[in-house]
Amino acid sequence: MHRFLITAVTAAAVLFGAGPASAAEETAELPDIEWTFEGPFGHFDRAQLKRGFQVYREVCSSCHGLKRVAYRNLADLGFTESEIAEIAGEYEVEDGPDDEGEMYFREALASDHFVPPFPNDQAARLANGGALPPDLSLIVKARKGGADYIHALLAGYEDEAPEGVELGDGMYYNAYFPGHQIAMPPPLFEDGIEYEDGTEASIDQMATDVSTFLAWTASPELEARKRLGLKVLIFLVVLTGMLYALKRQIWSKVH
Amino acid sequence: MATPRWIKGTMDWVDYRLPVISFVEHHALEYPTPKNLNYWWNFGFLAGIVLVVMIATGIFLAMSYTPHVDHAFGSVERIMRDVNYGWLLRYLHMNGASMFFIVVYIHIFRGLYYGSYKAPREILWIIGVLILFAMMATAFVGYVLPWGQMSFWGATVITNLFSAIPLVGEKIVTWLWGGFSVGNPTLNRFFALHYLLPFIIFGLVFVHLWALHTHKSSNPLGVDIKGDEDVVPFHPYYTIKDLFGLGVFLIVYLAFVFYAPDFFGEPDNYIPANPLVTPPHIVPEWYFLPFYAILRSITFDIWFVPAKLLGVIAMFASIAVLLVLPWLDRSKVRSARFRPIYKQFFWLFLFDCLVLGYIGAQVAEEPYVTIGQVATAYYFIHFLVIVPLLGMLERTRPLPESISAAVTKRGKAA
Repeated sequence: MHRFLITAVTAAAVLFGAGPASAAEETAELPDIEWTFEGPFGHFDRAQLKRGFQVYREVCSSCHGLKRVAYRNLADLGFTESEIAEIAGEYEVEDGPDDEGEMYFREALASDHFVPPFPNDQAARLANGGALPPDLSLIVKARKGGADYIHALLAGYEDEAPEGVELGDGMYYNAYFPGHQIAMPPPLFEDGIEYEDGTEASIDQMATDVSTFLAWTASPELEARKRLGLKVLIFLVVLTGMLYALKRQIWSKVH
Repeated sequence: MATPRWIKGTMDWVDYRLPVISFVEHHALEYPTPKNLNYWWNFGFLAGIVLVVMIATGIFLAMSYTPHVDHAFGSVERIMRDVNYGWLLRYLHMNGASMFFIVVYIHIFRGLYYGSYKAPREILWIIGVLILFAMMATAFVGYVLPWGQMSFWGATVITNLFSAIPLVGEKIVTWLWGGFSVGNPTLNRFFALHYLLPFIIFGLVFVHLWALHTHKSSNPLGVDIKGDEDVVPFHPYYTIKDLFGLGVFLIVYLAFVFYAPDFFGEPDNYIPANPLVTPPHIVPEWYFLPFYAILRSITFDIWFVPAKLLGVIAMFASIAVLLVLPWLDRSKVRSARFRPIYKQFFWLFLFDCLVLGYIGAQVAEEPYVTIGQVATAYYFIHFLVIVPLLGMLERTRPLPESISAAVTKRGKAA
């Protein structure tokens, strides 16, 4: 019985530890960042989310959409209703048809989803030398390494490709990107933005903040999930302990 | 404690007309169960619970899901973001699939170790294999529904297997797809099938239990129940043992749901399906990996039979061989406890399956290809050569007279 158990557990560890081999095996190892949202008590730092949103808005959003997030969701970051209305109001969305059958443009509302930078993929490719900047709503869940990867990619540009690497036209060297050639120019520069809360805008700071923000856009339920999980697991551990005691008591009469 | 007379009267009235109460008494309360079952016997009950959880969460997910290529991915994200506790339903369902396979694989290996498939439980075992097969079909079509990159490309790779069928293969694939590639008709029918199949599994489970209750549970000693001293009533002995096991299981299951919900998933499936971009490395869900390894292990034609067809045949044969296992294993002794040599080969076989699972996750290059071929060969050698030979040649240890004799002699149950 015990041998069976040990073997089964070891076997399971071998099986699950053996993740699929990455197709981009040679990409550099990701620096392991300590995120506030890791672990059973993980949570988002509201100030950091707001800074990350500022980086997204001032840097990323000129090419990358965030279409699964609505402006109303910004309430999670601590924005007030009027602030959200103001943010949304900076964008225009097509609506209609009106009573005369015409489509028209209006200011975006809190209920609208983030307005994408390009009307469609073709327009996005045209403006970006043929490359398509992906929507960032789920990017942290859609990449191996998650937030660590996003952070490493953003902060990991090198000025020049190492010797022997031929970069394609309009490509940049990034050791963390599969194939090491990326069409996105280095997006972050020291003090490239001025944080509203006065934090120093180093490349690493901005990369960390925006990765946190994108972790939130990918898993907006994260805090609720971990809080509920803790209650559920504590309840289950106590219940299971009591069930075990009852089982012992009932079975003590047999044998 | 005494039941009030009016309740007793009502129950008798109902039972006389529809004997549900005596049915429950007979099959769930008094049901005689070997007193020496160990914790490996918890997993059948757990599989039943997971099936119910999957159907319950699945029905609520279906209420908010849209099976259309343009809306499927978005509707799943809407469930995750805007439906009340939608993230919980979806993560329970996603991880429930992995838990279902973990629990069922343990249940199957328990059957292999203790010889639960032997007379008179052959049909019980065969129905179990059919349940596994139906589960695999359900899981496969279910994985396509979120319409991510892995959904689309997994569906493309697996449905393409049918093109290996000689002469009519291509036509069958077009027919399965409802078009000339995996597309909207495919997604529609997969959704319909994903809703249907669990109820077929439910029906199979009913027959599985019917067969089980006809000859009762086997047990770690593998000797038949000889009298009342060998058994205890299911309630309270096994109801409490199963409930305790359920508690432990839920802790594991929900720890994944709440703290590592994407542990079993592929990041690529959070990218919407794109028929124009093939992911660099297409992998099935972990529970299909051993079979995927067998499929890919045949890299050579034999005579006029192409490698692809052989691979498909090998993959289906790897499950089908389980159907005839009761006749491949001629040993009269059920439990591996009394089969010293079979016991060693059991562990070797388990190890082989894990190797296959590991190989299934690797890219198709050396040394993985050769290891996969050896492991595949061994998988079939185990069933077709080792098990039949052991049945004839192995010198088994003497069996105890009865369950109770063994249990009392040793002072405690296993």
